[in-house]
Amino acid sequence: MTATAPPVAPATGRKVSAGAGRGGAGRSGPVAWMVLPALIMFVVFGVVPLVGVLVLSFVHWDGLGAITPAGLSNWRTILTDSSLPHSIFVTFEIMILSWAVQTPISLLLGTFLAGRQRYRAFLAVLYFIPLLLSSAAIAITYKALLDPNFGLGPGLHLDFLTQDWLGNSKLAVGVVVFIVSWQFIPFHSLIYQGGVRAIPTTMYEAASIDGAGRIRQFFSITIPQLKYTIITSSTLMVVGSLTFFDLIFVLTAGGPGDATEVLALDMYKTGFMSNQMGPASVIAVILVLLGLALALLLRRLGGSTTASQQEGA
Amino acid sequence: MDPNTTSRRTFLGLVGGGALAAGLAACGSSGPTSTPGSTTGASGNAGSGATYWFLTGQPQQGIREAQVKRFNDANPNTKIKTTEFQNDAFKQKIKTAIGAGQGPTLIWGWGGGGLKSYVEAGQVEDLTDWFNNEQADLKNSIFPSAFTAATVNGKLYAIPGETVTPIVLFYDKRSFEKIGAQPPQSWGDIMDLVPKFNEKGIAPFSLGGQSRWTNMMWLEFLFDRIGGAEVFQNIFDGKKDGWSDPSALKALEEMQNLIKANGFVKGFSSITADSNADQALLYTGKAAMMLHGAWTYGNMKSSGGDFVTGGHLGYMNFPPVDGGKGDPSDTVGNPGQYMSISSKASAADKETAKKFIANNTLDDATVSEWVKSGNIPVVKSAKDKLSSITDKNDSAWLNFVYDTAANAKNFAQSWDQALSPTQAETLLDNIAKLFQLSISPQQFATNMNAVIGQ
Repeated sequence: MTATAPPVAPATGRKVSAGAGRGGAGRSGPVAWMVLPALIMFVVFGVVPLVGVLVLSFVHWDGLGAITPAGLSNWRTILTDSSLPHSIFVTFEIMILSWAVQTPISLLLGTFLAGRQRYRAFLAVLYFIPLLLSSAAIAITYKALLDPNFGLGPGLHLDFLTQDWLGNSKLAVGVVVFIVSWQFIPFHSLIYQGGVRAIPTTMYEAASIDGAGRIRQFFSITIPQLKYTIITSSTLMVVGSLTFFDLIFVLTAGGPGDATEVLALDMYKTGFMSNQMGPASVIAVILVLLGLALALLLRRLGGSTTASQQEGA
Repeated sequence: MDPNTTSRRTFLGLVGGGALAAGLAACGSSGPTSTPGSTTGASGNAGSGATYWFLTGQPQQGIREAQVKRFNDANPNTKIKTTEFQNDAFKQKIKTAIGAGQGPTLIWGWGGGGLKSYVEAGQVEDLTDWFNNEQADLKNSIFPSAFTAATVNGKLYAIPGETVTPIVLFYDKRSFEKIGAQPPQSWGDIMDLVPKFNEKGIAPFSLGGQSRWTNMMWLEFLFDRIGGAEVFQNIFDGKKDGWSDPSALKALEEMQNLIKANGFVKGFSSITADSNADQALLYTGKAAMMLHGAWTYGNMKSSGGDFVTGGHLGYMNFPPVDGGKGDPSDTVGNPGQYMSISSKASAADKETAKKFIANNTLDDATVSEWVKSGNIPVVKSAKDKLSSITDKNDSAWLNFVYDTAANAKNFAQSWDQALSPTQAETLLDNIAKLFQLSISPQQFATNMNAVIGQ
């Protein structure tokens, strides 16, 4: 490598900067090269499957035999099926509820953990633990704990905990939201912790000189300064919740009935249990479109200003 | 300008790209590969011999492992590699793997609609000639009723093996003593027993409702007892609006009546059968009765303390419904389990698989082990083995299962296995909703009529 690398770099540098001063030479060339790994990854594992799914949404395929063209019939089937609006509703229900639970808690926890006290660093490690567990393990554990006959409630003879947690349609949605929040609050707290630490202390010092208390400082400095952090964290939550699958699949399998059947689960069942790859691909395309639309919308909400957070305040 | 920086960046970029390329190449080569002497897309790990996937869960799992071990000991040059799966995970994994050309050489299954979809896709070998001509002795030793689910368009694509497992009504004698009642003789008795058990804080029926096929067993019996075997036969044959048959609607209504009367254990819709929690409810005395497959006997015996050995387990065929047309001797369940051979496997692997089926799936050692574990294997000689069982509980149980299977006027295959995967999934989905009381019998019938024949 050492023998071949040096001659390559100046060569690309010359081509790219084409007579410009040597100061910029070599920077854009190699930097452009470094995009390549990510680009290849994205094309191979992002774009190619996406195109594949789009093509599959116009064919009949049972996953086993021959693929035959189907025209628009898959789209007609799915768009007129009453289970689609239901799954979209459940998806958004879980998305909105889990966002509403996670954001305030992560924001407060993140701010709390941003302090440099020793005990806070210790607590941060404890809060971090749920993030280390896989969704499947979490689901299996909660399923066992919430079992109405052999779970935590009956075991400790606590009537309050002895509910039909996963067998009652309304409770099941709540349980899913709770577990999702439990799992991801540590992650978002981490994001907020970083965001809060990036706020210059001079602003707080100036505020306290002006007589602002802690709460006033939180609402007037911390939250406005965290605007972009909130948008980043919300985008991750919202787009991420479109793909909730593993946790729900293991925990309730979409049940009871279809109370927790989110789009991703509907897609999986249609494709891999019902052997209808065409209609499943239609749902997949809808999922992608929803995800893109939401991500764009959140970007819009963030405004197009490129001013840094500190300057914008 | 610092030339060292540039070269390091380029270097890192190239290394990164190289590593990625290597990673991608590795991903690519883990797909189906062709090796000299075998056809493209050969089974599982191509070229490394025959493969066999089967289900976990004792005692069946141990018997299957022992079969493979005997085969591998006798054939050290053509060993079979096995992979084990949980029931519900297996059903999806095997379909996907076969579709992707990554399936095992030996395809274990329940026959019926699933097998038919493999046949239509050309994924399994036609075994008619081989079995009828070369394995006539084996063929004649198997219950004739076991072949129906293995036959597609008059040809045999799977060999029956393992056990006859009807669905039976299990009950806990201790619970019946507590309320001073007798086991139900009719559907009316069942409905009368429900409030009596609930009063004593015992759930009338245990049910692993999240698995969905567990709920389906109830409908299978109610359809049969109320309308006779032809109600489902019409649906199976693709008769238009078959689910709207008045007997079918009555059965669905009775089903919801039992659910509304709190006939099932609290939280049944979040209990899975794979975890055996439904059986645990019965043997721990929390539930009085359970409708379940005969295959659960072995686990209840090994996990249930003195539940089986102490003689507390009772069992019976599903009782008749007053005024129903069905024959009370009818039963449903699995007339056998089936093994097919992948048409995509290499010739050598196919030979290995055939040899395994012929020599090790229903050999004397296997038959004895099945009987010892409380199961009736699909061979006629099973009856002779029963007399050698000394444990009186096991002996009574085995005779009951044998008689139920042998005397059944109609032994229907489980619906989700008999129907095509598309119909089966719609069925299970709607059954889950029916049990959640979120759809009415009429809506259930409408939803199901829409997929008849698909």
